[in-house]
Amino acid sequence: MAQVAERTDSLSLAFDSFRADASFAVAGLGPSREAAFQRFLAKGFPTTREEEWRHTSLGAIAKTEFRRPVTFEIARATAEPFLFANELPHRVVLVNGRWSKALSSLDALPAGLTVRSVSDALAAPSAQPRTAPDWLLAVSSGLPLVDLNTAFVEDGVVIDIAPKAIIDQPLHIVCLCAPTSSPTVVAPRIQIRAGAQSQANIVESYGSVPGAASFTNAVTIVDVAEGAMLDHVKLQREASTAFHLASMFVRVDRAGVFRSHALTLGGNISRNDIVTTLAGDGAECTLDGLYVTDGDQLVDTHTTIDHAMPNCPSHELYKGIMSGKSRAVFNGKIIVRQDAQKTNAKQTNKALLLSDDAQINTKPQLEIFADDVKCTHGAAIGQLDEDAMFYMQARGIAFQDARNLLIHAFAGEVLDRVKEEVVREQAMRLLEAKLSLWKV
Amino acid sequence: MLLSIKDLKVTAEGKEILKGLSLNVNAGEVHAIMGPNGSGKSTLARALSGHPAYEVTGGSITYDGKDLLAMAPEERACEGVFMAFQYPVEIAGINNAYFLKAALNAVRKHRGQQELDAVEFMQLIREKAKLLEMNQEMLHRSVNEGFSGGEKKRNEIFQMAVLEPKLAILDETDSGLDIDALRTVSQGVNALRSPERAIVVVTHYQRLLDYIVPDFVHVLSAGRIVRSGGKELALELEAKGYGWVEGETAGAKK
Repeated sequence: MAQVAERTDSLSLAFDSFRADASFAVAGLGPSREAAFQRFLAKGFPTTREEEWRHTSLGAIAKTEFRRPVTFEIARATAEPFLFANELPHRVVLVNGRWSKALSSLDALPAGLTVRSVSDALAAPSAQPRTAPDWLLAVSSGLPLVDLNTAFVEDGVVIDIAPKAIIDQPLHIVCLCAPTSSPTVVAPRIQIRAGAQSQANIVESYGSVPGAASFTNAVTIVDVAEGAMLDHVKLQREASTAFHLASMFVRVDRAGVFRSHALTLGGNISRNDIVTTLAGDGAECTLDGLYVTDGDQLVDTHTTIDHAMPNCPSHELYKGIMSGKSRAVFNGKIIVRQDAQKTNAKQTNKALLLSDDAQINTKPQLEIFADDVKCTHGAAIGQLDEDAMFYMQARGIAFQDARNLLIHAFAGEVLDRVKEEVVREQAMRLLEAKLSLWKV
Repeated sequence: MLLSIKDLKVTAEGKEILKGLSLNVNAGEVHAIMGPNGSGKSTLARALSGHPAYEVTGGSITYDGKDLLAMAPEERACEGVFMAFQYPVEIAGINNAYFLKAALNAVRKHRGQQELDAVEFMQLIREKAKLLEMNQEMLHRSVNEGFSGGEKKRNEIFQMAVLEPKLAILDETDSGLDIDALRTVSQGVNALRSPERAIVVVTHYQRLLDYIVPDFVHVLSAGRIVRSGGKELALELEAKGYGWVEGETAGAKK
């Protein structure tokens, strides 16, 4: 039975209280917010009647009364477990959607890397008339969740990588939701612009301070200029009381390379939309993902790779490890436009179901308009390999250890490609805790 | 006596395959089990290793004075039972050396020996790899993944050399091997022959027994051992074919 998610009045209350706040109209953004919110109200949350949301009901979000957060600071000790302060020294921390100066660490940034807050970028003195900047509104039309983000965006991060700059130390963006008196709606906006022939690594992580109940509605916009390489890791480890809807839009220009590693371990309902346009000859992208679910979690991943130009390779590997009554959705759309000859696209989705009640819906969606292309896709859903289990046991390895080894190996294929060791290890520890494995 | 099988009955996929098999094996001996396809050779090997698809419906197996059938597969392995698989399993993402270290340390722990550290372990496996003429690079690939048939079989005997079992069961280790690989694998097996260890070689062909010379040969037919003898029995079988023993038992029943 299809469920619908149409109630939006709880968000209206939050929007009204935001309207009364000084930050609402900063940089002439007020009218844009009003217009975006009206567009959102006109459509409401996507419902399961829409093909792209068929398996994911947002009813639980629509019926919760979310408010704007009222606290924006937490103690350093509270934030510490999420920071990886030693391993990833350059960081921006957003608490309940607002930049925390006390927790961020941007002194000694490598040359060529500029990091500003969205609020600073919006408030910066300018000779131009005070209108909302184009980049903020560029992708906002028509998509309810993006409109909702534009309506509520309080703060976020604007990252500029100078042309030819090679940034070898990653920048860590930490988005934390902290408890407030009622469930909160948080709308961070992250903008990454990688200049021509630059190289950089960005880690975006999302966590919940114990006790937080939140609805994060994030938008990340990435622009990879000609010949640039950008490696992006997203670690989502929010609490089971959190809803997480995220949209990422990526444009890769000629000979640019974009790599994404989406690691989803937390949240009650999580949805990642990743739309990548290969907009120049020879542009390349890799979309990797690992989701680990238990209980009644739902993780929905919708990716689109738009091959708009010739000679572009794309690689996609998503893996899920699912237990309990959890559900997952993977929809991988690949569009090959008429001009995109010599496209080479490969997509794989594999899921390991550790319980009888876990369920996945997986669908490749190829739309090919060019004739000289190579596109492959495959999905493999199954239990732990019984033959491999017996083989290991027959060599003396106990059942639980054999199971652990197989699960580690399964996750390793995705995690091993994450460059930041501390993130790999954290993801593995979270996975172990979730599935009651022990460290091997 | 190291292994004593009495009146063993085993069912797989609802069909009785072993119908009352008895066999005694002492330490230091090499026994060959021969027989036509479908006679139950591999079923015997798998039942000994504790494969879950093979259900023991009757009889007993006593190993080193203990009830083998009461043990889980990993306990059997830790107690010194090793089966070289007819079809070794590929395990993506688990490095061969890492896998073997986990296995060896599980076995050592069970024996009350100290676990080997990474350096000691690498020394040990380098030495054993030489014996089997194993390429070092194979140690660092995923278990059996992308290995040729011959490499897989060699890897089985290599694991056996590292784990040093008391009872080794080789399930058609010769199938799919060319003559050079057969020599190498046999050499590896012969190097492990010792007064404390017993080896049970399951094979369809006599050829392997030119290289691994058995003390006893048993012929299996329709789930029972129908004839036992010395190594010359294998040659006789090779000359006369399996029809010979099958016909003889059919005759004996009348």
